[in-house]
Amino acid sequence: MSEPYRPYTLVAELTYRCPLRCVYCSNPLDYARHRDELDTITWLRVFAEAEELGVVQLNLSGGEPLARDDLEALVEGARRLDLYTNLITSGIPLTQDRLARLRGLGLDSVQVSIQDVTAAASDRIAGTRSFERKLQVAAWVKELGFPLTLNTVLHRENLARTAEIIALAERLGADRLELANTQYLGWALTNRESLLPTREQLERARRVAAEARHRLRGRMEVLFVTPDYYADLPKACVDGWGRRFIVVSPDGLALPCHAAHTLPGLSFESVTNCSLGDIWRDSPGFNAFRGEAWMSEPCRSCERRAIDFGGCRCQAFHLTGRAAATDPACHLAPDHDLIEKARAAATEGHPVPLVYRMPRAVPVPSAHGTGAAHDRGGAPGTVGAP
Amino acid sequence: MISTESRPRLAVKARLRFDRKSSRYMLLYPERGLVLNPTAADVLQLCTGERTVSAIVDELARKYGHDVPLVERQVMDFLQTMANRGLVQAAP
Repeated sequence: MSEPYRPYTLVAELTYRCPLRCVYCSNPLDYARHRDELDTITWLRVFAEAEELGVVQLNLSGGEPLARDDLEALVEGARRLDLYTNLITSGIPLTQDRLARLRGLGLDSVQVSIQDVTAAASDRIAGTRSFERKLQVAAWVKELGFPLTLNTVLHRENLARTAEIIALAERLGADRLELANTQYLGWALTNRESLLPTREQLERARRVAAEARHRLRGRMEVLFVTPDYYADLPKACVDGWGRRFIVVSPDGLALPCHAAHTLPGLSFESVTNCSLGDIWRDSPGFNAFRGEAWMSEPCRSCERRAIDFGGCRCQAFHLTGRAAATDPACHLAPDHDLIEKARAAATEGHPVPLVYRMPRAVPVPSAHGTGAAHDRGGAPGTVGAP
Repeated sequence: MISTESRPRLAVKARLRFDRKSSRYMLLYPERGLVLNPTAADVLQLCTGERTVSAIVDELARKYGHDVPLVERQVMDFLQTMANRGLVQAAP
């Protein structure tokens, strides 16, 4: 994998519609402004252009991709291009017949999200009754011969049940379990005070996951994704800006990551006006954080700058107000105290009401990560903790 | 564990694809992929669930003109690594 800029993965966010209202949804807060959706023909053209650029992996995502009634046509087209196609879904709404049709059309793999191990806890995070249906869908996925990935987003309410989550994944026969700690962007940043765990909670869960990874080796892949807030070194977000990933939003914006359009001052093109190849090569938005010229200190002279690429641009912006800043998750970042303060608040643990994902007309820019404070308190999305 | 009598096949989640850009085979699985060197690709293309490891080794030893014990050691190591990663399954 030596070419500096070759996309391997296309994330097709087919729609922002979703029956769930998860409190850590990674869709932008103003997702409801992006109401238009690409039609079938355009998506199929985008898949072909992506494949031409070198994409081999296609993630059908959202929102809830099952909400698209042309999913069958999209899967069929993707398979014709020999893309490895992964459906990333809540499992709702789905019938066994439709899943079998998707299998027949060449869908390679299904990832089902489960929020927790009991209906009460899972449905509380999803903001809808969905847990029992999800278990049913996971069982169908296996019956039909798909590889099953189970994905659970971890946070302070469910980290203590990591062992039970692993046991559930084993019972369901999952081939792969993603224990993905919440990344604090989108709705998760709004709910950070409710979701961010303490270091002790995280370390206990990490040990449980490590033991399971060893025990289940060769049978079930167990991934444990550390949250940036406790990593001390930033992640190579999307393997570096505009290097490996293309995300296309439901209304057709081609993006280096799913939240790139929340960064001010960057322009991104729509696949309805331009070919994906032209966008990949020439878009000012894709080129904005390629290479190293945009970096400031301490990144610019850091020996890890070609490893982590300065971390996550969206996290940098949403916490510091400057997209080109060093990701505050880095212990060397001038703004690392923002992370330390959030961790201190997590240790004190004042319970606050959860804010559920819901349509909202106005984007909420936050200069210093205080979005949570003014999003809450009587905002129409606020729902008290039951 | 992989033995010479195992009949390895790709895991359900894994699929081979020829990559025009690198002129190599890739092994694709959920959200990941491995670029294979030509020897690894040759081994995995023979992992159909029908051939035994011994049969695969014989075929490759013939193809490359190498000694069977050398090829066997390398093929077994490779397949065991792939099995540990859940990418190859072996029926006894």
